[in-house]
This record gives sequence, C-alpha cells and structure tokens, in this order.
Amino acid sequence: MTTAPPSPPDTSPPDTPPAEQDLPRRLTAPATRGDRVFRAGLHVAGYSVFAVMGLIAFFLFLRGGDALRVTGWSFLTQQRWSPSAHVFGIAAVLPDGILIAVIALLFAVPVSLTAALFIAEYAPVRLRRALVSVVDLMAAVPSIIYGIWGGYFLQPRILGLIRWMNLHLGGVLPFLKVRTGDIGTSYTSSTFIAGLVVSLMIIPIVTSLSREVFAQAPQGEREGAYALGSTRWGMVRSVVLPFGRGGVIGAVMLGFGRAMGETIAVALIISPTFKITTHVLEAGANSISALIALRFSESDSLSLSGLMAAGLVLFAITLVVNLLAGILVSRSRSGAATAE
Amino acid sequence: VIAMTDTVPSPAGPPRTEAAAGAPPAEVRRKLGGVTAAEVYTLVAAFGGSLALDWLLYERVFEFSGAQGFLGCWYLLFLTFSAALGLLQWNPLVVRERLVTLVSWTAGLLLVLLIVEQLVFVALRGLPAVVHGNFLTQTMARTSAVSPISSGGVLHAVVGTLEQIGLATLFAVPLGIAAAVFMSEIGGRAARPVRTVVEAMTALPSIVAGLFVLGVVILGLGLEACGFAASLALTVMMMPIVTRAAEVVLRLVPGTLREASYALGGSQWRTVWNVVLPTARPGLATAVILGMARGIGETSPVLLTAGFTAGMNADPLAGRQVSLPLYIWNYVRQPYPDMMARGFGAALTLMVLVLLLFVSARLVGGRRPGELSRRQRRRTARQAAAR
Repeated sequence: MTTAPPSPPDTSPPDTPPAEQDLPRRLTAPATRGDRVFRAGLHVAGYSVFAVMGLIAFFLFLRGGDALRVTGWSFLTQQRWSPSAHVFGIAAVLPDGILIAVIALLFAVPVSLTAALFIAEYAPVRLRRALVSVVDLMAAVPSIIYGIWGGYFLQPRILGLIRWMNLHLGGVLPFLKVRTGDIGTSYTSSTFIAGLVVSLMIIPIVTSLSREVFAQAPQGEREGAYALGSTRWGMVRSVVLPFGRGGVIGAVMLGFGRAMGETIAVALIISPTFKITTHVLEAGANSISALIALRFSESDSLSLSGLMAAGLVLFAITLVVNLLAGILVSRSRSGAATAE
Repeated sequence: VIAMTDTVPSPAGPPRTEAAAGAPPAEVRRKLGGVTAAEVYTLVAAFGGSLALDWLLYERVFEFSGAQGFLGCWYLLFLTFSAALGLLQWNPLVVRERLVTLVSWTAGLLLVLLIVEQLVFVALRGLPAVVHGNFLTQTMARTSAVSPISSGGVLHAVVGTLEQIGLATLFAVPLGIAAAVFMSEIGGRAARPVRTVVEAMTALPSIVAGLFVLGVVILGLGLEACGFAASLALTVMMMPIVTRAAEVVLRLVPGTLREASYALGGSQWRTVWNVVLPTARPGLATAVILGMARGIGETSPVLLTAGFTAGMNADPLAGRQVSLPLYIWNYVRQPYPDMMARGFGAALTLMVLVLLLFVSARLVGGRRPGELSRRQRRRTARQAAAR
C-alpha cells in the first residue's frame, strides 16, 4: 500500500483567467490508488453480509431440496416426523414453536417495557448505568445456562403454580387444563415452562432496545408536558410512549424472532411431541430449532435433508420478522422525532 | 369564593392577610424531591397489611399452595393496598404516579434478582465439581459414567473453546470492523440496506448458522466435523454483533478529526487507519470482546459442526473437538449424578469465562472515543515535557 502524497494533488490547473471573470474552481479530490483499493475492500466487506445471508438461504434450499421433493406441499401440512416412512412435515412443530414464542412474549413484554421505562425515566441517575450493565449481562449469559437454570432450578419450583393453574383456572380456561392426570410428570417439560425460560432470554433484547427508544423522546416536549403541570407518569404517557411506539413494536418483533430461533434452552426443557399443542401446561412441546438440535445426529440423509428444509422455513420466518422489525426500529430512530 | 382567592395568591392580587398582619415568617426552603414520612408509612402499612391478608386468604381461606402463587398474590394485594391507602390521603393523579413508580421499581429489581439468582445457582451447583483439583486439569478420556467426581475434567473442552473462539475472532473481527467502517465512512445510500441486513443477521437463529456450515463445509466440501467448522459457524454468529457495536462507536468519532486529517492531505485510507480507528480503539475493543462473550456460549452451531469427543484434541483442523457449551449439553442430560455435577462444573467454568470477557469489555470501553486513559495522558505529558 503506497503512502499518500503529502499534499492533495491540485486537479484544476490555474489557467490564468482574465481578472473580471472568476471561474469557480472545480473542487475534486481524486482518490489515490490506495484509496481505491481501500474503498473496494470496504464495499466487499459491507456487501459480504448479503452474500452470507444469500448463501445460507441457497444452501439450505439446496440441501433441503431432497426432502421437499419427497413430501411436496405436504411438508407444510403433515404433523408427524418420521423420515424413514417418508412421512414428515412441520405442521406441528412450527405452530408449537410459535406458541412458545408467544408465551415468552406474554411474559417478556410487560416486564421489559416496565424495566425499560424504569431505566430510562424513573431510576436514580446513579443506578442507571448499573442497570444497563445488568441488562447487557443478561444478554451475554449463554443460552445453555438459561436452559439448565430453567430445567433444574425453575421447573421444580414452579410446578406448584402450574398445578394450581390447572386445578383452579383449568375449568374456566380450557387451554390451562392438564388432561394427563394430577401427577408430577404431567406438569413438567411443557410449552409453558419453555416459554417462560425463553421469555427470560428475550427480556434483555426487548429492554435495551425499548430503553434506547424511550431515551430518545425529545427533551423539549418532555419539558412542555411538565410545564403544563403533568406528573411524571402523565409525561411518560403523553410524550415518551407515543414517541417510542414504533420502536417498541420493532423491539417486540425482534424479541419474537429471537424466541422463534431459540434452540438449546428449549431443547433442554421440552419432551418432544409431534402434534399441535392445545393445552400449554401439559408435558410435551416442540419447535423447529429444538427439532433440529435433537434429531440432527440421525445418520439418514433424507431426515437430515428434512431438517435442512425445516431450517429453511425457520430462516425465512425469522428473516421476515427481523427485517420488518429492523425497519420499524430504524425508522423510529431517524424519522419520527420532531425537530427540536 | 373568598377562601379560594385566599389560598391561591395571584401576583396581581392584594397581599395575603396573614402575611400582612404579623412579622414576615422565616422563609423555609421547600423540599422538592425526596421521600416524605407519610409515603414511607403508607408503603410499610401496605406491605404489612397485604402480607397478612395474603397469608389469611392463601393459606387459610382458599388453601392454595406454591411459593410463586403466594408471592404473586402478595404483590397484587400490595399494589391494591398502597393504591387504597394513597387515595385516602392524596389526589388520584398523585396516587397513579406513585403506583407507576412502584411498579417500575419492581421491574428493575426483578431484572437484578433474575441475574443474581442465575449466577448463584450456577455457582452453587458448579462448585462441588470445580473444587476438585482434577476438574480443570484432566480430560474425560479415562472417565466413565460411573467414575467418581475425583476423576475427569474439562481441560479438553476449555482448550477447544479457546481455540474455536480464537479462530472465530480471527475471522469475524476484520470482516466485522471492515463492514462497520464501510457503513460509517462510506455510508450514504449503500449503507442503509447493509445496516438492515446486519440487524437481521444479529437475530439469525444460531441453529441456522450451524445448519449452514453443516451443509456447506461438512456435507458440501466433505470435511469431517472439527473445530474449524465450528469456528466458521461462530463467525457467522459473531460478525454482525461486532459490526453493529463497532459501527455505533465509529459514528461517535468526531468529524473534526477526520477533517483535520484530510486538511493535512491524508487520503481516506490513511485517515481511517491513522485517525478514525485509533480514536475509536477502546470502543472497538469492547465490540470485539462483547462479540467473543456472545460467541463463547453459543451451543447450537457447535452442536451441529464440532462433533463430540471425550479426549483432548488440540488440532482444530482434524477430528472432533468438544467445547464447553457442548460438554455441558452432553453431560448435564445424563442420569448419573456425577456426570451432571461435571456438567454444572463446566457451566460454572463457562460462566466465569463469560464474566471475565464481560467485565474486561466494561473496563476497556468505559471511555468515549478520543478520551485518553490516565496512562495515555501521562505518556502524552511526558512526551510533551521531553520535547
């Protein structure tokens, strides 16, 4: 790489115009060869993310093609998963995974939004930095730690609550009923517990994104609300929340994408079933990612191809959700705020 | 009506009677913030009252069971009590404000509680295995499922983890930082879709990254499962994290520094290399370390690509290589108590590694770009004095 010349090259040679007509100089700095190589390299690096995403989609499609040829469209409608019999599909694992993600959101969204409000608005200033660190640390805890914590700490302790919900609420809300009898094992490894653990894993991402969005609510309008005699909650409700709405929706969608893709914690907790879950407290659950993690070691090439196809579906869903969420978040960052 | 005008003094109105009558009272400074005694008593009363009522209802009247239910009902009763007690003294607006404050404090405390609970849990369950001296110095090559806890360990998994994360860092960091420089230095229209895709890629399901590498490297190129394949999968996971964190930092570099460099005749490449990147160095280091902290705990990409072995394999290019998350995944699910204990010991080891990375990221990245550390300031002062 050559070093740059010490002074910028002068491009427009002074052609000594007559004094009365001052032609404006053309101000261009031609890139040096080093710069051109540098910029080309940066472009390659920047666009490599497209290449990676494209390659992922391409190879999953390529490898999953065999399975899709065997099953055809029934891949999307078949609930069973027995590749040796050429009968397999994601009609059960996909809705079950979505159910886990929805349960996770039910717990994570209220907690994260309140926590984000607390960090952005209510916490004493000295506490804020520490709390941001706590949220970041929660995001850095490996998913396998969440998994063993959920499986060996949370699950035995929460069975009482689940039993209570079954016995006292099951009559009113049928999806809380456990039909397999009032014994310990019919309450474990359920969609509900998996959702609960996954909710802990998406709390940090939803919290930190919403906190950023809340903190960007314009100062002038906050002070305006206070000047009109509003309480802090009044200010939050009339300024911070409306300004953050788009970003919060994006954050929740990103959380949903995370929850859909969460693998190890779910795989550690559930006992896999292959029919659509209707009673969330009953033992037995599944999701695409857990299916892949638990079944990939089967040597059969057709079942591996089926898993690739399932992975492709998961990839497509999370990609769409995340892209939409990313657009929502970035729009709320740049466009929505009024000029100060 | 007269009483009303008395209590609300208006600047144009006549001076209030009591102020006019006696000597002017000594001005007492109003307290604007802080907590009053009434608020504290209200909270204490609500706390105690709700506990008592909760116990009565939960244990005696309805005879429910389970600690979570008890705590949940107590919390709801506590909120109700403090709202009711508040309404007796203050106007509804104030009460609502206090309630929201209370709820938001609960959410903050809940987060702290959750992380502390996890750390304590991992430490307590992991210690019985880790306290044995062999745990960090032996592999599982000569240890069977029924061997006592005083044999076998995680040495091979630690080696595998460090090698895989090292290789992944080697691949992900140059690529990630270059992509970040692309977005912040070239920017413009081209950078927006890149940023959106990077955002989407940070949320890529980790199992899909594993499937991708499994499909390309192992099934496509015919490599066997090895540490190198695992590090490729980790690269796919780490690169967007590094990119996003690095881009945020690069955007904070003051534009005047770049302009100064251009004004001195520096080319763009020189400006980035000699001005922008060194200025953002602490933040970039944080980005890298945070990426490593995320990558080191990823289980599912490694599960699909690294294979599992009980013995030491220091060569990432050939043969199966186990890492800490995979070690945990394999042993914690076994029905033998000692194997489970080893799994939890490995979890503690992994958690310590993550914490070390996390804390060092905080220590390195505490400063804004361009701000010098104490040592750097001293060095600059020394150089200035020598001149």
